[in-house]
Amino acid sequence: MRGLQLIPYDTNINFVGIRRYIYCVSLAIILICGWNLAFKGLNYGIDFKGGFLLEVRTKDKADIASMRTQLETLKLGEVKLQEFGSDRDIMIRIEKQPGGEQAQAIALQKIKEKLGNDLEYRRVETVGGKVSSDLVENGLWALGFALIGMLLYIWVRFEWHFGLCGILALAHDVVVVLGFYSLTGHEFKETAFIAILTTIGYSINDSVVIYDRIRDNLRKYKKMPVEQLINQSTNETLSRTIITVATTVISLLALYLFGGSEISSFSLPILVGIVFGSYSSIFVSANLLLFFDIRKTAKEKEAIA
Amino acid sequence: MLTFARWKVLTSFILCLFGLIYAFPNFVSEETLKKVPSWFPHERVNLGLDLQGGSHLLLEVDVKAGLKERLSFTLDSLRKTLRAEKIGYLDLSLDSTGDFITFQLRDQNQAEKINAIIKKMDPELEVILEGKICKITFTNASIAERQRSIVDQSIEIVRRRIDELGTKEPSIQRQGDDRILIQIPGLSDPGRVKNLLGKTAKMTFRLLHDEHPYASNLEDVAPPSTEILPSDDVRQDGRKIFYVVRKENLLGGESLVDAGVNFDEYHRPQVSFRFDNLGAKKFGDITSQNIHRQLAIVLDGKVISAPTIQTPITGGNGVIMGKFTVQEANDLALLMRAGALVAPLVVLEERTVGPDLGADSIASGRYATMLSVVMVAVFMLVAYSLFGFFANIAMLFNLILTVAILSLIGATLTLPGIAGIALTMGMAVDANVLINERIKEELRHGRKMLSAIDVGYRQAMNTILDSNLTTLIGAAALFLFGTGPVKGFGITLAIGILISMFTATTLTRVFVTYWVNWSKPTKLPI
Repeated sequence: MRGLQLIPYDTNINFVGIRRYIYCVSLAIILICGWNLAFKGLNYGIDFKGGFLLEVRTKDKADIASMRTQLETLKLGEVKLQEFGSDRDIMIRIEKQPGGEQAQAIALQKIKEKLGNDLEYRRVETVGGKVSSDLVENGLWALGFALIGMLLYIWVRFEWHFGLCGILALAHDVVVVLGFYSLTGHEFKETAFIAILTTIGYSINDSVVIYDRIRDNLRKYKKMPVEQLINQSTNETLSRTIITVATTVISLLALYLFGGSEISSFSLPILVGIVFGSYSSIFVSANLLLFFDIRKTAKEKEAIA
Repeated sequence: MLTFARWKVLTSFILCLFGLIYAFPNFVSEETLKKVPSWFPHERVNLGLDLQGGSHLLLEVDVKAGLKERLSFTLDSLRKTLRAEKIGYLDLSLDSTGDFITFQLRDQNQAEKINAIIKKMDPELEVILEGKICKITFTNASIAERQRSIVDQSIEIVRRRIDELGTKEPSIQRQGDDRILIQIPGLSDPGRVKNLLGKTAKMTFRLLHDEHPYASNLEDVAPPSTEILPSDDVRQDGRKIFYVVRKENLLGGESLVDAGVNFDEYHRPQVSFRFDNLGAKKFGDITSQNIHRQLAIVLDGKVISAPTIQTPITGGNGVIMGKFTVQEANDLALLMRAGALVAPLVVLEERTVGPDLGADSIASGRYATMLSVVMVAVFMLVAYSLFGFFANIAMLFNLILTVAILSLIGATLTLPGIAGIALTMGMAVDANVLINERIKEELRHGRKMLSAIDVGYRQAMNTILDSNLTTLIGAAALFLFGTGPVKGFGITLAIGILISMFTATTLTRVFVTYWVNWSKPTKLPI
């Protein structure tokens, strides 16, 4: 018995030949995402803007309308109620109250009094405004650490061109994930950093596999034109790239569909990010190398060695 | 015949056995685990609060208020010193920002003397002279030191108060410069904890004003060196009582050594307390010198009781009778035992997960992980047949070893951490995909079967190393800069990737080697 050949081994797609179209597509995607980020922004969750989040379970079918009117009598500003999972599970979101941390404690007490003791409080979260600036700062540090770390690693193991092109492709992925949050209005929570960093961690993996093959082929085919060489390398690794995307997407689908609300909420952006991450690895990161003379630096390196 | 170093085979076997042993406690019930002999590992994976349920409180120490408080102590002693040294002054007060003590000298010639006096009082104080205006503040070096000590002391008091509550395994940690993170597993309503931590619990014993002990509201004009303080006491007509309390502090809560709750003859709760030796002597003096006067017990600017002294109390024991519920009496006794905070605490963030939600999260997380493993396994079987099967066994050992290592190092598994495990399973087979694709390629290029396997594994190793290490950088970023749940994801992702570099390469190679040598195939099922 043999395994199925999912991608024919003699696949020969002309990735390099269509690179101008790809750059247009990527540019369009980045513009759409950037436009949305600039003018629509992100739908920040309470981790970032502060406020209250309550997850309650009622004994019988919940009466959202009456809960809403009850809570609105407290005059705490915007009150969002949302059914999720079952008709007994309600998610309540209320904005941060003006007037310091003490005001939040008082408001929470009022909310709980209004809702009464007949329901089960499954999750209660209150976040004041002060924590959020740290969160953004930490997130940016993490992103910076990851990008620079990856850049340096690839630089040391390959060439600086490879590092630069890889990081450009990653920036592309970060914009796409953020753009997804903005376009769909998906709640941007602390776990969004998981989505962004997992996406780039995965996407760089794909790029490195292709770069690795390019490095091998540069040594093997000394006379081959660089365009043809990049094309051949991408095609040779295509089967692996597609199969790995498939197994990862399978895992993510299981998490998205059955992992529960919290896990689903960050699995979806990773799913989108990984699909686009593979796109950027296959179509963008290798083609970007054509802006540099990688053959020349490879020869120089060999001459030194 | 394929050969593979004997010691590598042996090491692989030992590692897998180790994984099975250390992961084992996580897969059996509590009862079964009790029957296991004691030399066998019993550690399970630590569950984060989001999985086991409990409360998470992030507090900020109001360091500025703490410094202001210390400066106001200095103000009191400075007033006495200036009087004793016969130095004339005007408008001695705390600056509105709370950063300075300011006063005006009557005689500018005494400016020189001030410097010497202040240095003698406290070497950490600094005098800034602007003509007749004198500004006194802490030196910059001492402010940093004081801030640190304020936070340290706050953590100590918070720990004492939380320990008194008797909840199981609370964790209290410093976070950043001035924050305290409290995690209490199993607590579903943090209201009482917040209430207890929200009180500074600064306790003082002070006399009431003799002629006018009561006031009708806070805005009444207080006689000199007294102030009007609220209370929970009410008159017969239902109006609230306000007390006129002398400012002089006769005795403070720091002299207490113990406090507890008992009941009077009408079964009303009361709080009894005991002073240390010095406090007992002072309390004896106060009570014998002030018979028939009213002594107010003031907690955080509120009078909790103001009994009339009937007889001298010399034993150092006393009781507070107030209008308490049993809970209030218990909390008061707790606060008296644990001591006062040096600075107020502010709740920045509060997150509570009910135990049922935690259990549901574990269930759905486990289900999703299992599903992920099964579906990836089926896919690998379809794609690579027997070689896919080898990869699947390796993936299973990756899962087992991840659980084993999490148990062993005592890392905390969070809800996103479970997702991290499931996701790693999908990513871990990548190494096998790389190897198998390489073997297929070598076969197509006309290489003999055994040599194709050998070259495939060797050639793929470089790629596996580079691609996994770059992914690891992303996981490390989450681990280093993330907090709580996000950190948990970084840990499981990193561990999973590292383990895959063993299971997917060395372990599958052991399988392949033994299989090839045993069945002597003519064609590879790949």
